Amino acid sequence: MKTVYKKPEPITNRPTTYCPGCPHGIAHRLVAELLEEMNLTSETVIVWPVGCSVFGYYFIGTDAVEAAHGRACAMATGMKRTHPESFVITYQGDGDLASIGIAETVHAAVRGEKITVVYVNNGNYGMTGGQMAPTTLIGQKTTTSPYGRDPKLTGFPMHVPEMLATLEATAYIARASLDSPQHIIQAKKFLKKAFNAQVNGIGFSLVEMISSCPTNWKMTPVAAMERIRNEVLPVFPIGEFKVAEGVE
Amino acid sequence: MEKKVLVNEERCKSCGLCVAVCPKHVLKISEKLNSKGYHPVELFDNENCISCGFCYLICPDASIIEIRRPEPVKR
Repeated sequence: MKTVYKKPEPITNRPTTYCPGCPHGIAHRLVAELLEEMNLTSETVIVWPVGCSVFGYYFIGTDAVEAAHGRACAMATGMKRTHPESFVITYQGDGDLASIGIAETVHAAVRGEKITVVYVNNGNYGMTGGQMAPTTLIGQKTTTSPYGRDPKLTGFPMHVPEMLATLEATAYIARASLDSPQHIIQAKKFLKKAFNAQVNGIGFSLVEMISSCPTNWKMTPVAAMERIRNEVLPVFPIGEFKVAEGVE
Repeated sequence: MEKKVLVNEERCKSCGLCVAVCPKHVLKISEKLNSKGYHPVELFDNENCISCGFCYLICPDASIIEIRRPEPVKR
């Protein structure tokens, strides 16, 4: 018998605290697999956010720091500038990166900090009970938009990769989805390019991962994945938005 | 024959994503209980499993810890 897939070494033995069917675990595994494949585990520092993934340092066994809400990119800037030999990742959700931390994120991208951002977008604030986030779809019901998101009152969903792709100093910007095995394989390819952009010292890289939130969407995990395909992906299309020269 | 899909039953939260993506329908949620009170997934039809690894790829809890494929038979 030949081993085709094996749980990556950086994933710790502690069971995750996420709800059943939460794609955060898939994103964790993709990061861990790439760290193992690229032999980066010992020099990696992951900056964890506030949100559901706040306990991420229990689940991926690398060096870690915990940032204030939204400030992961600012903290990662300091980590990378004081320890340029280390490999710095921030792992953030949409409430963290796109709402409270958008200034830190945009300015880290403007300066072209050599960090990699893993941005998991599930369209609401999962940890606090499903409030509306900047990425909530038009018409989506959340606890703070009980009649559905109204664009006249609260605007339109925020497309972070499209925004950042217009900046000069960004090296690699892409959006992937975690709804099916095919898209997960594609997400890993995108993430690998983003990691390479930092290893080769080209610039700021970000990969958005479209994720679900079965608990707050009040769906089964399987139905939540179907909703991603039917409703979320038409609004947030998958693709690479910027590939600078030298990124492979 | 050895199992082609190894499951860490303590990590499984019976979300059912692996059962939904399995192209050969060889996985099911078992009757067993783990220490958290979830019914872990199990491979009930080892013969028909094609070791595609879709269950590993979609598993959010890394509870599918290993996928094995038999070596091709040499003629």
